[in-house]
Amino acid sequence: MSVYNQPRRRVIQLIILGMVLLIVSRLFFLQVVEKKYSKLADANAVLRKVVYPSRGIIFDRQGRSVLRNDVMYDLVVTPASVKKIDTAYLCQILQIDNAEFKKRIVNAIVKNGRVRQSVFAPLLPPEIFGRLQESMYLFQPGFELVQRQIRSYPYAAAANILGYIGEISPQLLAKQAYSAYQMGDYLGMTGLEKNYESVLMGQRGIQYLVKDNLNRPQGAYEKGEFDTAAIAGKNLRLSLDIDLQVLGERLMRNKIGSVVAIDPQTGGILAMVSSPTFDPNLLTGSYRARNFSKLFVDTTKPLFNRAIQGTYPPGSSMKPLTALVALDEGIITPSFGYPCHGAYTACGRSIACEHSEAGHAANLRLAISHSCNSYFVNLYRLEVDSRKWGSVKKGHQRWYDYMTSFGLGHRLGIDIPGEYPGYAIDTIGMNKRYNGQWNSCSELYVGMGQGAVAVTPMQMANAMCIIANHGYYYLPHFVQSIDNDDTDLLKKYKEKHTVARVTDTVYRSVILGMEDVVESGTGRNSQIEGVIVCGKTGTAQNNAIVNGELKKMKNHAFFVAFAPRDNPKIAIAVIVENSGYGGTYAAPIAGMMMEKYLHDTISIKKKPMMKTMLEYVTIDPVLKAKSKLDSLNGATANLTSDQILSNYFRN
Amino acid sequence: MRDRQIKLTQGIDWPIMGLYLALVVIGLMSIFAAEYREGDNVWYNVMHQSTNYARQLLWFGVSLVLATVIWLTDSKFFTATANILYAFGLLLLLLVLAIGTDVKGSHSWLVIGGFRFQPAEFTKLCTNLALAKYLSSLETDFNKLRSRLIAASFALIPAVIIIFQDETGLALVYFSFFLVMYREGLPGALLVIAFSGIILVLSALLVDKNILFIIFSVLAALVIYFNRREIKRSRGRLVLILGIWAFCSLFVMFIVPFAFTKVLKDYQVRRIEVMLGKENDPKATYNTRQSMIAIGSGGFFGKGYLKGTQTRFDFVPEQSTDFIFCTIGEDFGFMGSLIFLGIFVALLLRIIFIAERQRSTFSRVYAYGVASVIFFHLAINIAMTIGLAPVIGIPLPLVSYGGSSLMTFTMMIFIMLRLDADRQMVLR
Repeated sequence: MSVYNQPRRRVIQLIILGMVLLIVSRLFFLQVVEKKYSKLADANAVLRKVVYPSRGIIFDRQGRSVLRNDVMYDLVVTPASVKKIDTAYLCQILQIDNAEFKKRIVNAIVKNGRVRQSVFAPLLPPEIFGRLQESMYLFQPGFELVQRQIRSYPYAAAANILGYIGEISPQLLAKQAYSAYQMGDYLGMTGLEKNYESVLMGQRGIQYLVKDNLNRPQGAYEKGEFDTAAIAGKNLRLSLDIDLQVLGERLMRNKIGSVVAIDPQTGGILAMVSSPTFDPNLLTGSYRARNFSKLFVDTTKPLFNRAIQGTYPPGSSMKPLTALVALDEGIITPSFGYPCHGAYTACGRSIACEHSEAGHAANLRLAISHSCNSYFVNLYRLEVDSRKWGSVKKGHQRWYDYMTSFGLGHRLGIDIPGEYPGYAIDTIGMNKRYNGQWNSCSELYVGMGQGAVAVTPMQMANAMCIIANHGYYYLPHFVQSIDNDDTDLLKKYKEKHTVARVTDTVYRSVILGMEDVVESGTGRNSQIEGVIVCGKTGTAQNNAIVNGELKKMKNHAFFVAFAPRDNPKIAIAVIVENSGYGGTYAAPIAGMMMEKYLHDTISIKKKPMMKTMLEYVTIDPVLKAKSKLDSLNGATANLTSDQILSNYFRN
Repeated sequence: MRDRQIKLTQGIDWPIMGLYLALVVIGLMSIFAAEYREGDNVWYNVMHQSTNYARQLLWFGVSLVLATVIWLTDSKFFTATANILYAFGLLLLLLVLAIGTDVKGSHSWLVIGGFRFQPAEFTKLCTNLALAKYLSSLETDFNKLRSRLIAASFALIPAVIIIFQDETGLALVYFSFFLVMYREGLPGALLVIAFSGIILVLSALLVDKNILFIIFSVLAALVIYFNRREIKRSRGRLVLILGIWAFCSLFVMFIVPFAFTKVLKDYQVRRIEVMLGKENDPKATYNTRQSMIAIGSGGFFGKGYLKGTQTRFDFVPEQSTDFIFCTIGEDFGFMGSLIFLGIFVALLLRIIFIAERQRSTFSRVYAYGVASVIFFHLAINIAMTIGLAPVIGIPLPLVSYGGSSLMTFTMMIFIMLRLDADRQMVLR
């Protein structure tokens, strides 16, 4: 029998070997031939975790942080891990209803799946966070609190300068330049936050973690060999003086307008006020969604940075520049005079002048201090009609070139986004406007800062720097230095721009005129005890379309100045829209700000003036009634003028 | 004293002993690898029996005690009690149906004083003994159909009861006894028929039934055409051909759909469909997919012991029991798997070698039974982890975590060793 069955033993052995061979060949395919499985295994088990560095801090010129990082918390949910929890209680804490709860869970599952974390309630307000933290153990492990950094602004000022951060949009994500970002990342949306995003954001680190089947981290992958550490964002040090900025915002309250103060010796911006403004804390964390639309639709346009985006006719504050061109080209000397009798009539129409007494424009200094319109429209005509050029067109182009080199009519390149170019008409523009048929009379108003010329407050402040420096300027900018800087972001702001070959004596004669403006002319309100201030008022006429018809509006008050006359430390431009005379509304603000900057305190004698300025309301009452701004502007609107007054004076 | 020691181990087959120990130790290491996390206090876990590897270690100890007891038992005891044990085993199976406990969807467990016990494992041993007893009895003439049917029913009765316990996988194991019966003289044609049957079932599952019906009809027509001369001579052949055609068509058109909708459980149908690649539902494919990722990511030399990410972080389900091979595949790679399979092949071939050297039919049949059961477990279990077979929950002998399984296989092997040591005796 045993012998009979011998082949059967072989058959059984062959069956066993055949099956094992089948298994081995399959294993060979799986383990040796096919390579995809190790990748799949890594995808299964390796978690790539982005480690966010803390964003850079921004300091003012005295090292005070005008913006810093606060920690807030997100409530995140892992739907698969949610156990039987007291949903009603959680809803009660979060102040949502049950339907909303379910909706958010469903959203989380749709967005990230059941086993991954999704944000359930972002950036919890402190009171909700407090209650939630106490009872968190009730909702774990499905719910967790996760830290998130947000910005906070201790001075509640400089909103439009600093800008805000927000979640990256899908449109931006699609762009090559933002390929390093991921959905849900925050980045600078406006202001310095946007312009210096690359240094503020720091370098994100990547941690590779081993995870289990429920995505729970189980430790470092390969002992952290492939990890990169997060590098904190670099801090910015500004030329901004936050005290000066706050004073500016307070003085400008209830007015529409702007103040720009620049250190002429560096081009560093000391203060940049755009009024009305708002408390930047309104746009952080969970408040942003709520407040942004309010600010966006507000009738007073608080998000509009008038200092770099508002363009105005400069009015008489332009006159020193007109004088510089004429002097530089040798068309006049400082002793040049014009026999003005209260109007300029040489072009067939009458251009009125404030003064009519004889000799008020007997020389340049007098003409500036009296702000003689006739004198300066005449100067413009002399400039462009000069025989040197051969034709008025070439002459006007020459004038335009001067304006360009003074920084007008184009973007200067400040280090926050959104700057407007302003306007100065060039020869092409003139040809267009007048069909090629024009002469020096056509746009003679530009000589006195009206007509086809428009400037931003920052451009005027920069022009003051040029005069203060006797012929050079640095591009206006906020950031003086970046900690551990290895970029060339600041290179262009260290470059000295020399305007013209105008000699010192020429500047001196213009400056003398400006000194007289403050000493005895229209700018007396800007006087500072013991400091020689040079300034120029401007009262710019403007028209606006109201209810479909062009209407003459109240004048914009303009004042530009710098101080001290010798070795100037601050140049400033102030505009108060639709208020009246520059000397009445703008000069006092400029004077107090310069004094505050130069002396750190303000003479007690100016207390009544400051009170008056704080209480002036030049904002259109209709506009003001529609605006919600008082509730939005925590920085300045909530204080009474007496509370503000208690801070600034010396005896 | 020394003589006594020699006597104690005299006749033991050391190769089997060594292979047995190797597999159990590999099993313990694999269960440890599947469970261990860095920083675990292993000693504490072992002392407090809080992990599977600790419990398996205990079962191993119990198994060694059982092995010693068996080794010291007289061989005749097994022939004498084979039928009683079989009856006892059937009783246990029925008892489970009555008072059993549900674990993971199968109603096959007895809980006695905190210990869980799966009689379906134990009855493999009983069935093997009873079959050996029947085939070796002098009255049995295995050439007769009657004897063959009785022998088959020895294997099939427990299988049917176990199907009712929802342990289809373990029930299938009992079909491995047909390999033993083949060795004892069951016609080889039956194996061919069984093989054809499997092909038929697979094609019924894979190919549309109407297309199959057309194929069968065309085939039948061709066969009739080529055999027209023989058919003219004898009508019987035509009836045979038409009969086979009718059976195949009926099977494909009605029996398989009926089985799928009425007999098999939903999850079983899904598993079969997944294995055949008919279904791509990620949930249904999850187990197989994760298991293949774990094994496939092991590569040629493996990731190293305790370095596997897939098995250690719970991606593979049931990784201590049914999917224990994933740990070996991932940590030790293709080379490790090859060596591991080599150990099993060596064990199986050694058992067959032992079987063939027996003088008594009882011992030979019994040893073949051991080989068949282990082979079936091995083939189905590993094929399932690498996507060659549907996910049928049967353990890898001696390696998978589980007391019932480890003890049953230990007893089976040591009874065989005892019988082998007494191979000069004629046992009936």
